[in-house]
Amino acid sequence: MGYHWNWGIFLAQVPSGGTSYLGWMLSGLMTTLALSLSAWIIALVIGSAMGVLRTVPNRWLSGIGALYVELFRNIPLLVQLFIWYFVLPELLPERLGNAYKEINPLLQQFTAAMICLGLFTGARVCEQVRSGIDSLPRGQRLAGLALGLSGPQTYRYVLLPMAFRIIVPPLTSEFLNIFKNSAVASTIGLLELAAQGRQLVDYTAQPYESFIAVTLTFMLLNALIMSLMHRLEARVRVPGQGGHHG
Amino acid sequence: MISIRNVSKHYGSFQVLSDCSTEVEKGEVIVVCGPSGSGKSTLIKCVNGLEPFQQGEIVVNGISVGDPKTKLAKLRAHVGMVFQNFELFPHMSVSDNLAIAQIKVLGRSREEAIGRGLKLLDRVGLSAQAEKYPGQLSGGQQQRVAIARALAMDPICMLFDEPTSALDPEMVKEVLDVMVDLAQEGMTMMVVSHEMGFARRVAHRVIFMDQGRIVEDAPKEEFFGQPRSERAQQFLSKILQH
Repeated sequence: MGYHWNWGIFLAQVPSGGTSYLGWMLSGLMTTLALSLSAWIIALVIGSAMGVLRTVPNRWLSGIGALYVELFRNIPLLVQLFIWYFVLPELLPERLGNAYKEINPLLQQFTAAMICLGLFTGARVCEQVRSGIDSLPRGQRLAGLALGLSGPQTYRYVLLPMAFRIIVPPLTSEFLNIFKNSAVASTIGLLELAAQGRQLVDYTAQPYESFIAVTLTFMLLNALIMSLMHRLEARVRVPGQGGHHG
Repeated sequence: MISIRNVSKHYGSFQVLSDCSTEVEKGEVIVVCGPSGSGKSTLIKCVNGLEPFQQGEIVVNGISVGDPKTKLAKLRAHVGMVFQNFELFPHMSVSDNLAIAQIKVLGRSREEAIGRGLKLLDRVGLSAQAEKYPGQLSGGQQQRVAIARALAMDPICMLFDEPTSALDPEMVKEVLDVMVDLAQEGMTMMVVSHEMGFARRVAHRVIFMDQGRIVEDAPKEEFFGQPRSERAQQFLSKILQH
């Protein structure tokens, strides 16, 4: 194979100057981190709220939760991203739409990708939260209510603390997915880690080094998150509640 | 204290309760028995509004349970309930289990709630377990904690839904002992149970249910002496054989 390996490429200056290719990769990594973490916060908040709605004994409220899940889980992520980025700004009232188009394009890309990933992952978090709550014995809710706790208090103090403990493992995998899925943001031009890797290929013709670096970074990131989540799981484990499975 | 008047409940076309009526006076201990599926657990859950019912009326301490205007949470705060499967909150220590509703519902301070909880734990013989978690206790201990948790709310009456039927035989006695003490202190109690020994010892009246109906509602002596209905006689002969 006539490939010319050159790991030193990362230290070379980019053509526009001011930084090295490593600098590009790091800035891509920062974007990936910022995008994934902010989307994860949206996913957790919306997903938990919708997951709770799906389990309340009110048909209208649980219907809202069901509708949300159906909508965001059944449309491909890429299509959703294009809708948020290309279609929705056109549907906004004219003044709002124009204001949106005047903000920094980088911020536009970031916002669209953040909302898109957040709501897409939120639908999956919603289903985890719902199944966590449903897996608790029915008597737990009754016991909370029988003590005079209100419905929301029963969720807050009785049901959710156990439901969230139960779903730490599946939530971990959603958390990992959000990092991996964040790479779709490169399709609307957001320079996250994968996009920076491709840009490096365009400029240097060193695809192997570039994609090996991108791959390893994603793997490291995921390993880090897994170990954090394992630590969280151990920390919130309830004494006397059996060990950790899987 | 509790009056149940012509209460009926159905799920779709399935009749769970048919025209049930009874009264529980202050300080009275009522044992409700009957075969499984007879509606006794449903009836007791109607008393604090955990199960809705379609017809009839239940009045607890002057408050109508079925009235949409009734603040059920407020009523439930003073009607203690003990469940078959204990239903302690597994993520909270025993003392937090006892304190949580005192703090969040009655507005007591944390110290006051913990202190009151400890007193009641002592009463059920478990003060040494205050810092343990429910999963670290035996079934009998968990049920005694559950009784203490209900008592911590200063209930005007107590409902027991098969409190000993999920317990290993050797743990039944420790729970019944606590309940006998409560009964002897004059607590108003409605107890769904097959523990006929308990009924003989402390019940004032025994209610026998079958297929959603109250078939027999008689003073203890009369019920154990000679139940009027054939169905109750059969039932008694089956469970008293052993």
